[in-house]
Amino acid sequence: MKRITSLLTALTIAAGIGSAALTAAIGAASAAPKKEFNIAWTIYVGWMPWPYAAEAGIVKKWADKYGITINVTQINDYVESINQYTAGKFDGVTVTNMDALTIPAAGGVDTTAIVMGDYSNGNDGIVLKKGKSLADIKGQTINIVELSVSHYLLARGLATVKLQEKDIKTVNTSDADIVAAFKSPDSTAVVTWNPQLMEVKAEPGAALVFDSSKIPGEIEDLLVIKTATLKDNPDLGKALVGIWYETIALMQDPGDKGKAAREAMAKLSGTDLAGFEAQLKTTRMYYTPTEAASFMSGAELPKIMDLVRTFCFEHNLLGDNVKSKDAIGIATPSGGVLGASTNVKLRFDASFMKMAAEGKM
Amino acid sequence: MRRVMNIAPAPGPRMLLALLPFVLVAFLYVLGSAERRAANPDDKLLPPVGELAETVRRLAAELDRRSGEVVLWVDTAASLRRLFLGLGIATLIGLVFGLAVGLLPVAGATLGPLVAVISMIPPMAILPVLFIVFGLGELSKVVLIVIGVAPFLIRDLALAVTALPREQMIKAQTLGASTWQLAIRVALPQVMPRLIEAVRLSLGPAFLFLIAAEAIASDVGLGYRIFLVRRYLAMDVILPYVAWITLLSYLMDFALARLARKAYPWAYVEERR
Repeated sequence: MKRITSLLTALTIAAGIGSAALTAAIGAASAAPKKEFNIAWTIYVGWMPWPYAAEAGIVKKWADKYGITINVTQINDYVESINQYTAGKFDGVTVTNMDALTIPAAGGVDTTAIVMGDYSNGNDGIVLKKGKSLADIKGQTINIVELSVSHYLLARGLATVKLQEKDIKTVNTSDADIVAAFKSPDSTAVVTWNPQLMEVKAEPGAALVFDSSKIPGEIEDLLVIKTATLKDNPDLGKALVGIWYETIALMQDPGDKGKAAREAMAKLSGTDLAGFEAQLKTTRMYYTPTEAASFMSGAELPKIMDLVRTFCFEHNLLGDNVKSKDAIGIATPSGGVLGASTNVKLRFDASFMKMAAEGKM
Repeated sequence: MRRVMNIAPAPGPRMLLALLPFVLVAFLYVLGSAERRAANPDDKLLPPVGELAETVRRLAAELDRRSGEVVLWVDTAASLRRLFLGLGIATLIGLVFGLAVGLLPVAGATLGPLVAVISMIPPMAILPVLFIVFGLGELSKVVLIVIGVAPFLIRDLALAVTALPREQMIKAQTLGASTWQLAIRVALPQVMPRLIEAVRLSLGPAFLFLIAAEAIASDVGLGYRIFLVRRYLAMDVILPYVAWITLLSYLMDFALARLARKAYPWAYVEERR
């Protein structure tokens, strides 16, 4: 008995030392001046410039200019990529405005959006098998990735036809399986995003009854960076914005160079040039830093973020112990701080895009 | 000479030894949680124990704001129903087909290779097919468990039947037993403990298939909740759910083990203490 007690003590001490060493190692790693940064991305039409920039050497060119290293890593699963960022594995991630609020910001990770890439202008949609207009959705069971931007789109759509969420039933369905799900006779309605939306819409008898072009600017695709990392390394922000605008200028190029770039991006996203360009049509890209910066600094953004945070709060996405939608502060260039100014966790910072617009990179 | 293999702990220290790794893991968790909280007071990855307890209380005793139900119990009931249905049907199929394949050469020749081939199909790979054939409701979830578990049970039971001593079969026949009597009175009782063992081993895969099916298309269930709240990294919900699933399957495993020893004590006389 006594021997076992002493064994227990020894093991406890060993565990203590082990974890202390671990803490020290982590502490030391973060204390050293950071030269290497990790950015995660997932497949989505508006984010494909990132892997292409890495492949074409644009990332390295800009990183070298500022004397840093930037690793651009693909994560297969979108939510997982944001979770990894929130857990601390990445310095930046490609994310929508809503998910930036509900995952990192609600998780206490102070996050800054430095690139306003695009907004969904039809990339997200509601498709019905039975019915030709959105009002027909009443009483149907809907396959949807619950609590995602699809859910937000659905809530916004329902409001336009004076319906509420209790008038319908949602079934949480993985985005990877939503196309197969819609082929099953049980499924009569789905809400999803591209490229799945293109497949679902093409089903015989399917009708697209509402899409994100009816709520322009509300589903935004961003590049976000940890605020603290950005503050300590403004060069990282400059390099990333530099990479972005060089790459999308190439993407927009009507000539052969542009076509080659778009073809490479299409391939990286698992589709062909025609499919990629079809998705680009429903994506409102901000090709120039000037218009991106003016949208981010405009009076619309605070209104949009207010709609988004209200939805998130009503669906418990900010956490169960959050008592008001004001609990998390959102800083926008034009509207000051939305919500608690003492707890700003999501910031929109147009200054880097402005620098790019002024050619100061 | 005292050898390590002969040192057996008394019941008291045995309990302590069993608890030790759990205490260690809990201890590391508390340390890690405190450390992450020190760096970020809103950290969601490793919530402190107090917060976990509060979430468990809310999940198990309060009505959910969104659905108006006490989610933990509703989820557990839905998942256990699917699990018991799936495992029950798979066990029945395993028993009937296992006996037939093991005992009747004609059945073995016809079904043996088919079962062997089916058992090699990864059920997760044919999920889209299951959706289209069985729909998105309860049926496809139960079917996934059955497809995942039944072939293993059939094969295991058939092997157990073939391993029965040939002399027994001949002796029973000389005493006038029919094929039916032989199956029910000679083979069945002898393979029952093996069937229970096989079901015990299938609990893990059955839960895996259940959670996978619920993650993909569902509106209630343990797997549904985990994959839903994963969207906003609510580890304070996920960790208790994982612990709860573990506890449930541990209890089922324990109950099956006791059942086997109670009902078929002869099969365990050789068992080491």
